[in-house]
Amino acid sequence: MAPRIASTATDAVAEISDGSTILIGGFGNAGQPMELIDALMECGATDLTVVNNNAGQADAGLALLIKERRVKKIICSFPRQSDSWHFDEAYRAGEIELELVPQGNLAERIRAAGAGIGGFFTPTGYGTLLAEGKETRVIDGKGYVLETPIHADFALIKALKADTFGNLVYRKTARNFGPIMATAAKAAIVQVDEVVEVGSIDPEHVITPGIYVDTVVALGGGK
Amino acid sequence: MTDTRTTEDKLTRDDMAQLVARDIPAGAFVNLGIGQPTNVSNFLTADQQVTLHTENGMLGMGPVATGEDIDEDLINAGKIPVTELPGAAYFHHADSFAMMRGGHLDVCVLGAFQVSQSGDLANWHTGAEGAIPAVGGAMDLAIGAKATWVMMSLFTKTGESKLVETLNYPVTGLGCVSRIYTEVAIFELRDAKVFVRSVHGISFDELQARVPVELTWA
Repeated sequence: MAPRIASTATDAVAEISDGSTILIGGFGNAGQPMELIDALMECGATDLTVVNNNAGQADAGLALLIKERRVKKIICSFPRQSDSWHFDEAYRAGEIELELVPQGNLAERIRAAGAGIGGFFTPTGYGTLLAEGKETRVIDGKGYVLETPIHADFALIKALKADTFGNLVYRKTARNFGPIMATAAKAAIVQVDEVVEVGSIDPEHVITPGIYVDTVVALGGGK
Repeated sequence: MTDTRTTEDKLTRDDMAQLVARDIPAGAFVNLGIGQPTNVSNFLTADQQVTLHTENGMLGMGPVATGEDIDEDLINAGKIPVTELPGAAYFHHADSFAMMRGGHLDVCVLGAFQVSQSGDLANWHTGAEGAIPAVGGAMDLAIGAKATWVMMSLFTKTGESKLVETLNYPVTGLGCVSRIYTEVAIFELRDAKVFVRSVHGISFDELQARVPVELTWA
């Protein structure tokens, strides 16, 4: 089924309810779906579990969700940055739970969820604090840690453009977590610069096939 | 500086970066960590045809972008705007780390808090009380590349060796480091031994006296 084309960012996130687990794309500001996150702020959903590489920067986007204590748990690889003051404060106050995951394991756990994999043995993190309490195995003389998939209710993603079938094209390093997050959520909500007619994206250039995409909103701008 | 062996002076940070750059094999795929290792790219020559990987999804990364070349969709792992070179490719995060974990990168150069004589690396967390931990791609990088090299100062501000018998900082990866570039010596870790490839501004005996692991002159 073709995705729903929402008229506004607010409309696009309207179904997100309290207690949802949400994958949010982006690495730093590249690929961060800023308008969708702002709409999520406005829609009032709280008690959220958020998966993102970081834990918000400065006074925008995810940082504001954390500031307003709408995020009960964050799963990320790199929360501490020079401008992550809202996360730092919430964390030190014991008001947000942190699950720290090495970046490649984070990506692979998301990929596994979308690919129907129940778990995988990864060498990353073996013998470290981040493997404590996890099952390990030595395979051909090398140590591995069992990691499990990260499923989500929603994914908020930024792409360059979509066609009306939901096929997506990204731009440069803004692609980052988008393609895997789209596969791992029950509903992938995508903001794009423009929605084009089906058939106008060369099938060889499609990065995320529309089967993974549920809602698209065109916000213009960009390059 | 042309001699990779012993010199009378300590190596500067640029000297170290230049030595690392010179040791990278021609045609290699390389990931340079954030901080001091990033400087290595300034000393790679066009003849080397080295391809730089950045874990946020790119091969063929070019120099830092300035002026009109700055593009918020084109950044490196340190979130600094960069440029793309001819032949560059973009890919998503799972592919980027599979590339790393799957042993497709030839060399990864990282900073470190400590390295043990068996090549265990500590560079992600001081373990200090109240410190907010952040790991990023450190653990993936440490164990992923075919060769993991470290650039660090050999001694702490209080003079303790950062090359140690066993780590007392939290581990990033076990047995992964094969070479360490410091301002006073370059070490090779192999066959459960620590070899000294060169010394700079220090004698071998002096070095041995200050480093708590047995050294062998390479």
